[in-house]
Amino acid sequence: MRGNGLKAAVLIAFCWIYHPATSDAEVLAVRNCNWCHGGSASGYPPAPALAAQRPQYVEKQLANFRTHTRDNPFARQYMWGAARNVDAQSARELALYFASLPPRAASDGVPGLVGVGRTIYQEGMPEANIVACVVCHGPNGEGVRDIPRLGGLDSTYLKRRLEQWNQGYHAAVGPPMISIASKLSDDQIEALASYLSFVK
Amino acid sequence: MRALNSLQAERTSRTLVRAATWTLRSVGSRVGLAAGALTIVLVGAVSAQHRISLSGDIQAKISYCKDCHGVSAQGFNGYYPIPRLAGQQPEYIENQLRAFIEHRRTNNIMFNVAHSLSPAMINALTAHFASLNPPPIGGAPRRLVATGRKIFEDGMPEVNIAACAACHGPEATGSGQIPRLAGQLYPYMLKTLNNWDKERGRNPTVPDAAAIMSPVAHSLNRSQIEAVAAFVSTLRSPRGTPNTVQ
Amino acid sequence: MKPMNFRRPQGQHRSTFRSPAGTALILPAAVLALSFSSPAAAQGNVSKAEADAKLRYCEVCHGVSAQGFHGYYPIPRLAGQPTEYLKNQLQAFVEHRRTSNIMFNVGHVLSPAMIDALTTDFNQLNPKPLGGAPKENIDEGKNIFENGVAAGNVPACASCHGPQAKGNGPFPRLAGQLYDYITAKLTNWEKERGQNPAQPDISAVMQPIAHSLTQPQIKAVAAYLSYLE
Repeated sequence: MRGNGLKAAVLIAFCWIYHPATSDAEVLAVRNCNWCHGGSASGYPPAPALAAQRPQYVEKQLANFRTHTRDNPFARQYMWGAARNVDAQSARELALYFASLPPRAASDGVPGLVGVGRTIYQEGMPEANIVACVVCHGPNGEGVRDIPRLGGLDSTYLKRRLEQWNQGYHAAVGPPMISIASKLSDDQIEALASYLSFVK
Repeated sequence: MRALNSLQAERTSRTLVRAATWTLRSVGSRVGLAAGALTIVLVGAVSAQHRISLSGDIQAKISYCKDCHGVSAQGFNGYYPIPRLAGQQPEYIENQLRAFIEHRRTNNIMFNVAHSLSPAMINALTAHFASLNPPPIGGAPRRLVATGRKIFEDGMPEVNIAACAACHGPEATGSGQIPRLAGQLYPYMLKTLNNWDKERGRNPTVPDAAAIMSPVAHSLNRSQIEAVAAFVSTLRSPRGTPNTVQ
Repeated sequence: MKPMNFRRPQGQHRSTFRSPAGTALILPAAVLALSFSSPAAAQGNVSKAEADAKLRYCEVCHGVSAQGFHGYYPIPRLAGQPTEYLKNQLQAFVEHRRTSNIMFNVGHVLSPAMIDALTTDFNQLNPKPLGGAPKENIDEGKNIFENGVAAGNVPACASCHGPQAKGNGPFPRLAGQLYDYITAKLTNWEKERGQNPAQPDISAVMQPIAHSLTQPQIKAVAAYLSYLE
């Protein structure tokens, strides 16, 4: 797993450094998403898997990147540039393409935490006011409409998103997620992220 | 996290009491009395905070319910449609919570939720939800609304379908144990009417009010269900009113 | 199950008797059939299945065993009602002499045969009263029911509704009726009954009585009646 980190870093550096010169008049080619998001869009940390992601969700996020609404550090660093020239039509086409790819589980979570993660995901923890994620994200973490797939995403990404909402990056996120994330302890976040990384 | 505050408050007040006792014993009566008096004031203040944080518990629970049931409890189209609770009849919600606990209404998640609620909490929650009145989420096919209105207001006596308005009220605000339907989510209404017997009244040895709706849900065909669901989903009514004289 | 949505064919439901030995019966049977096929009988009998289905439909609003139900509006008990009273009310709904949009629709589609079947069924039901009324003034209610209110020229209810409030003929049963239904009706009598001045009906009898009773008296007598079995 560590080797992937190095690979990712190199690829990301490659993406970041090697971009065509910009000029107002030029229409730029869209950067190759696979460079960062991996072959078959299966993800390369820190870029999440896009395969089998909900198309409405992908479309919406591309728009959010383009308008700089989604503004956490990685978004700023990578996706603002990547999405700059993705117009609405291209966004839709990309989204449909990614949605058509078969899902793959990153399976990089901590196996020992999966049980707790599953309990939180499928049943919630009512005494602690933590809802069951399944109600919105579906029995296999597949999502629906503009509610994203969580199943199979790598645990680092999932963990980071939940942490970002607790750090105040509140833009471009579905309505209850800020409230929900604020109730999760660090351990619970770890458990959820681990569990979901194994779910296909 | 708010849940911890009440625990901390309790611990703090216990510590203060211990401190006061120690002070009184060791420092001598007059100073001890003064210190004791101060402690009593402090303990009182902390207890007051304990009381305040109880309503903090209710606030936390309300926020938790809204995580699924939507902003202002307007409902939410999750993977499963999650019903509107805003403006709902308190007695109806109470009955449903009990039905979940007793497995007369089958829903694993709501079973867990209902289990965690004290009676005082339930009272506070239902009163709060009854007071909310956000606009309906909408989204149902418009072309069905006129037919739905007809079924709702007049029923279909030729095929033994009672007028919903007779029990649910002319504006679908419900009454007592009869739920408000105004502004309810279209997909939730579909699911509920289409699956009535599979989801409600599931304990044959403990028959409940769900039996009243069973023949109605049974008699409605799919397109009638769609029509009536579409109609009620558009209704913006004032807050539910109690039984009024005709 | 899809609701049945067709009209029964006009005419007899029994098939004509046919067998080699019975051929001789065809002619008398035909004569009999002809003599009975008047327009009224052409409405036909109503099958048990249909009548049962309609009864269950009525019970959705009027409650289990037609004991009454607290819907958005209080929906009255029909159990134990005299058949003549029920038929009169259905007629009044259809002719808009009694105003209720929902009951107009209900009454509109009922054939005479169905009405016969239903009213008979209702009359024979006898569930316990729904109850729930406040009990403080039941004694006063009993007094009003049995003795009337002399000062207000209100005759004893029992004189028409019967000593046990079971009703008779055109006079409805009041025993076990819903408290808030009786209260609502007595309070709003003029607004809901006898609504066609060109067609005065028997509801006129109750008009001065409902008018004279005060609210506390109405509530007392309603509470008393609601507990009677």
